[in-house]
Amino acid sequence: MTDNAPLSLHVPEPAVRPGGQPDFSNVKIARAGAVARPEIDVAPEDIRDLAYSIIRVLNREGQAVGPWAGQLSDEELLVGLRNMMKLRAFDTRMLMAQRQGKTSFYMQHLGEEAVSCAFRKALEKGDMNFPTYRQAGLLIADDYPLVTMMNQIFSNEADPLHGRQMPVLHSSKEHGFFTVSGNLATQYIQAVGWAMASAIKGDTRVAAAWIGDGSTAESDFHSALVFASTYKAPVILNIVNNQWAISTFQGIARGGSGTFAARGLGFGLPALRVDGNDYLAVYAVARWAIERARRNLGPTLIEYVTYRVGAHSTSDDPSVYRPKTESESWPLGDPVLRLKNHLIVKGVWSEERHTQAEAEIMDEVIEAQKEAEEHGTLHAGGRPSVRDIFEGVYAEMPPHIRRQRQKAGY
Amino acid sequence: MARMTMIEAVRSAMDISMERDENVVVYGEDVGYFGGVFRCTQGLQAKYGRTRCFDAPISESGIVGTAIGMAGYGLRPCVEIQFADYMYPAYDQITQEAARIRYRSNGDFTCPIVIRMPTGGGIFGGQTHSQSPEALFTHVCGLKVVVPSNPYDAKGLLISAIEDPDPVMFLEPKRLYNGPFDGHHERPVTPWSKHDLGEVPEGHYTIPIGKAEIRRTGFAVSVIAYGTMVHVALAAVEETGIDAEVIDLRSLLPLDLDTIVQSVTKTGRCVVVHEATLTSGFGAEIVALVQEHCFYHLETPVVRVAGWDTPYPHAQEWDYFPGPLRVGRALAEVMEA
Repeated sequence: MTDNAPLSLHVPEPAVRPGGQPDFSNVKIARAGAVARPEIDVAPEDIRDLAYSIIRVLNREGQAVGPWAGQLSDEELLVGLRNMMKLRAFDTRMLMAQRQGKTSFYMQHLGEEAVSCAFRKALEKGDMNFPTYRQAGLLIADDYPLVTMMNQIFSNEADPLHGRQMPVLHSSKEHGFFTVSGNLATQYIQAVGWAMASAIKGDTRVAAAWIGDGSTAESDFHSALVFASTYKAPVILNIVNNQWAISTFQGIARGGSGTFAARGLGFGLPALRVDGNDYLAVYAVARWAIERARRNLGPTLIEYVTYRVGAHSTSDDPSVYRPKTESESWPLGDPVLRLKNHLIVKGVWSEERHTQAEAEIMDEVIEAQKEAEEHGTLHAGGRPSVRDIFEGVYAEMPPHIRRQRQKAGY
Repeated sequence: MARMTMIEAVRSAMDISMERDENVVVYGEDVGYFGGVFRCTQGLQAKYGRTRCFDAPISESGIVGTAIGMAGYGLRPCVEIQFADYMYPAYDQITQEAARIRYRSNGDFTCPIVIRMPTGGGIFGGQTHSQSPEALFTHVCGLKVVVPSNPYDAKGLLISAIEDPDPVMFLEPKRLYNGPFDGHHERPVTPWSKHDLGEVPEGHYTIPIGKAEIRRTGFAVSVIAYGTMVHVALAAVEETGIDAEVIDLRSLLPLDLDTIVQSVTKTGRCVVVHEATLTSGFGAEIVALVQEHCFYHLETPVVRVAGWDTPYPHAQEWDYFPGPLRVGRALAEVMEA
């Protein structure tokens, strides 16, 4: 016999479900410019508070304020805006192409464009990203050919991956974009290994690891933090917290830790939390962490606070698990609109130029799509050879695979 | 030539590879300063420094995951999992990542890594120091799987594995580390110094992955084995007086099918031996291949001798381990049929 009351299991729930009024009153948002910018060689234990705040540069009026502001020229900001718009236009067309049956599958970046587009600009040529499936902005911002991306998505005869991989799981060594896997979190620890290799060789290149909020629950996330911490690997450990892992709200993965950035504290890692919809803040924080890594000062964990505006994928319908209008209530707004307003406030951009740019960019994407479709789409036109099934399993084809290829008639 | 144990041969392979190629790095749990719980990496850290040979946190997925990343950079990591029984936390990295990177990236990235792991039983290792998980690797396209049975092969195959452009699972039968073992646990162990295959060149040499070796030529029956079971099979042949041909596969994937087919078409009989559990073990693949390629030459059904379909027990070690008596009975069975 016991005097204790029966135990009960705690299962976290999002504040609001479909039919309810979106409510983000629990999301504490720091004022733009309010968070200090530490010295690059700061001791992790001296900036523990940064894991619980949000670094922001753009205020409500569209001005860049505070110690993290002023790192990008007008020219660079205009390029950033253009890249985000290009990614959004690309998403729009590929989503439509999936609905038209030109590909089996697509995943959008809607609302998260600033994260990958700005981060890429803080890296140098030769650095390596270990992305998830939602970082195509890393490719776009590095001027990877849109046609090649589409060829992969259409699995056509010009697909650089010869039709072997599901759409959006790109690979480009040349553009510092490690081959994307369907298995979540695996690349996070691989990034640490790549960074360790760079350190072993006395190189100056750094690696960037990418993971979503949901996948931080995978064991490879924890391995990555241990190895990065132990070997002080030159790696930037990025967590894109878009609030949702398919239908599961971020509280399920986060548990009671308060923020995802706070996960880094127990590993002795400097951990920053940043407004993921603020292109300037993302760039500034990325640059800080990249410089820290490049100066051999070790890894940094960064949580990008953003919101997954679109469906998880073309196979998902978010209206069955969250309010339809939730994204409109998201307090950090839209990354494209915020940068656009900033540039207008600065007097280097205008509504007219924006509208014109939107049209130009869409034309560019449509032009690329036409070219890609000439190489075929999933069910029509040119496609990879059946022979390609058997190539590349090993550097040299072993006899048993050769026999199977011959059996298949090739 | 020098006399080496399998431990020394494995160490020599890593030593030579590290000396020849600055991109070879060696790490794992207790692998650095201490030199490994089986002494396989002794002295390597002192010779090559802490950034070429180092201790790792106890995280198998971390060890393999970082190795994959290092290979993506251009290094050639040769990492250790302390016991094959503990590779399971790394299974995701091995099967979904290492094995697939070349294929899924169309050669944009590759994964030239070696994952060494002590395997097999016969040492009172109980459930988690005795397993033979090779079938869990041979089922994975993109991996190579190697199991040496003696010091000479161990060194030549490990150097080949390190130089191979693809991921190699290198399973070292720990029962053979110090000497050949034929299953006669009641007799004292003979050291490798008293065995011909303990003669190992000190310099660089390779043994091709994918090539079997005939350990005993015979005409009555083909025995197909690898690792510790090669020695058990040889003992069983000796004791039964049956003129068997004993094939040491050495590589399970890719497999030397030609040598198997040549032997079985000659003898018309076949016994497959492994320590791993029977059901869906690698023996099933060999039996299927023999049936497909040698059907009209077979005089009798192919017989398998394997570990029972149970976890590896502790007290009943010698009732579990497929020793020369059981192998001998199988030989007699196929000869009488």
